[in-house]
Amino acid sequence: MDILHITDLKKSFGDKAVLKGLDLSVPEHSVFGFIGKNGAGKTTTMKTVLGLMRADSGEIQVAGEKVTYGQTITNRHIGYLPDVPEYYSFMSAAEYLSFCGEITGMKKSEIRTRSQELLALVGLNGESHRIKGFSRGMKQRLGIAQALLNRPKLLICDEPTSALDPVGRKEILDILFSIRDQTTVLFSTHILSDVERICTDIAFLDDGVVRLEGKLSDIKASYRTEEYLVEMEKENDIQLLLDTFKDCRRNNENEIVVRKSSKEFSEVMRFVANNELSILKIERLEPTLESLFMEVIQQ
Amino acid sequence: MRAMLALLKKEFTEQLRSGRILILILLFVFLGIMNPAIAKLTPWVFEMLSDSLAENGMTFTNITVDAATSWTQFFKNIPVGLIVFVLLQSSIFTKEYQNNTLVMTLTKGLSRYKIVIAKTFLLSILWSVCYWITFAITYGYNEYYWDNSILYNLVLSGICLWLLGLWVVILTVFWGTLAKSNTSVLVGTGSVFLISYLVGLLPNLQKYTPAMLIRTATLHTGNDSISLYYTAMVVTAILCIILIAVSIPIFNKKSL
Repeated sequence: MDILHITDLKKSFGDKAVLKGLDLSVPEHSVFGFIGKNGAGKTTTMKTVLGLMRADSGEIQVAGEKVTYGQTITNRHIGYLPDVPEYYSFMSAAEYLSFCGEITGMKKSEIRTRSQELLALVGLNGESHRIKGFSRGMKQRLGIAQALLNRPKLLICDEPTSALDPVGRKEILDILFSIRDQTTVLFSTHILSDVERICTDIAFLDDGVVRLEGKLSDIKASYRTEEYLVEMEKENDIQLLLDTFKDCRRNNENEIVVRKSSKEFSEVMRFVANNELSILKIERLEPTLESLFMEVIQQ
Repeated sequence: MRAMLALLKKEFTEQLRSGRILILILLFVFLGIMNPAIAKLTPWVFEMLSDSLAENGMTFTNITVDAATSWTQFFKNIPVGLIVFVLLQSSIFTKEYQNNTLVMTLTKGLSRYKIVIAKTFLLSILWSVCYWITFAITYGYNEYYWDNSILYNLVLSGICLWLLGLWVVILTVFWGTLAKSNTSVLVGTGSVFLISYLVGLLPNLQKYTPAMLIRTATLHTGNDSISLYYTAMVVTAILCIILIAVSIPIFNKKSL
């Protein structure tokens, strides 16, 4: 079942169309990477899902319930972490969690146990200072704790790692990865290495529409091209190879990329062996998310 | 109901930890002491000055002060307290818009009207406590030094001014739901009060304006028609309810 289903979502700011008929389905218990350039419409999409922004047209369903702007009753299924989470800075982390629990109607005893559990998960247990003095990373971690407090079916994180240093980023990613059994995680990002690290599903957002969507492994497999990088010692040999094999392209002075299946690649190898060309390196190229992303948005 | 209590607790904690409650209580206690003190000191000040004034040809007969002098101070000083109150509290909504703190609260499925109600309730209670502290202190001193019973309709005029203050406080809530910045809240609240004041200058419309409630001095002499004030009180109370009722749909549609 899909925990989040968006059909034909449109939104303009003035005469600037940000979302131009966006469709998206987020399957349950996935870690869903919502990828797009800055300004592609990621935050707008998330804010409409949360009912914080009115969509011009289109429908959004969270756990089978329709989202209405202003009356955000569907938000009881959702935990949300904004890109820059802001708290009541006069509270301590534990006080903030207990406030969150109370406004969502959790039982007192449950708030206590769940708060302790979550503060331990995000490494903020024993932090008694007020939020005022928290670092960005700490705020982000507290953000995850508050978002998970009432066991939401869907956790939405808006660029949770973009403002953090490498250590902070790793911590957040580890936390997000560790909670995938409890909830579905939808996070937006433009950092592709983060996606490769933890996501099971992805969607590429570009120019207001989803260009590509599906399981990360499927997408990578379908876009896998049999490419080999061959580095030769002599430049003349490169020229020889380029003349013989038509679908090669030169990468730089001494390197060529051969685009052939492994069976046909043995022909290249045979040619190299027969002509006694000297090789420095042969490498099979894996498609990176980055090359994929570039390919998708250039279509 | 638990959500509402949690919101009230949060608002109270914020007021307490930011020091606003302390500032307001100190201010209103100070005002309460000032009213009789000024009345008490007036003859002494004139006596001090009498020599130099006599040289200039001015002479004074004995100046008599009584509870009325002190109560006049009270009705003059409360507006100062009210202005400080509004200045301190005008950011109750706008600060949350600017810091984006409401986003986190609302994305938990909380109904928005609860926020409006909680903030209105807290400010109303805080205003009432502040106001009646000043009233009680002034009353106490006046009773001790002089005699409060020389004034007619004292409690009624006290209620009039309290109600006027409540209306202004609710106006700041209303503008808080409407405006984005602190300045707009203050300008909005100020303009509405000014309009009410100007309309109140027209004799025919006077009794239908909240600003009527500030002219309570005439009540104390006992020869003013009390019914005029009752009309203004009813109008003000209805305006308060309308303002709250309108604030809720406005806040519901607010883009955050």
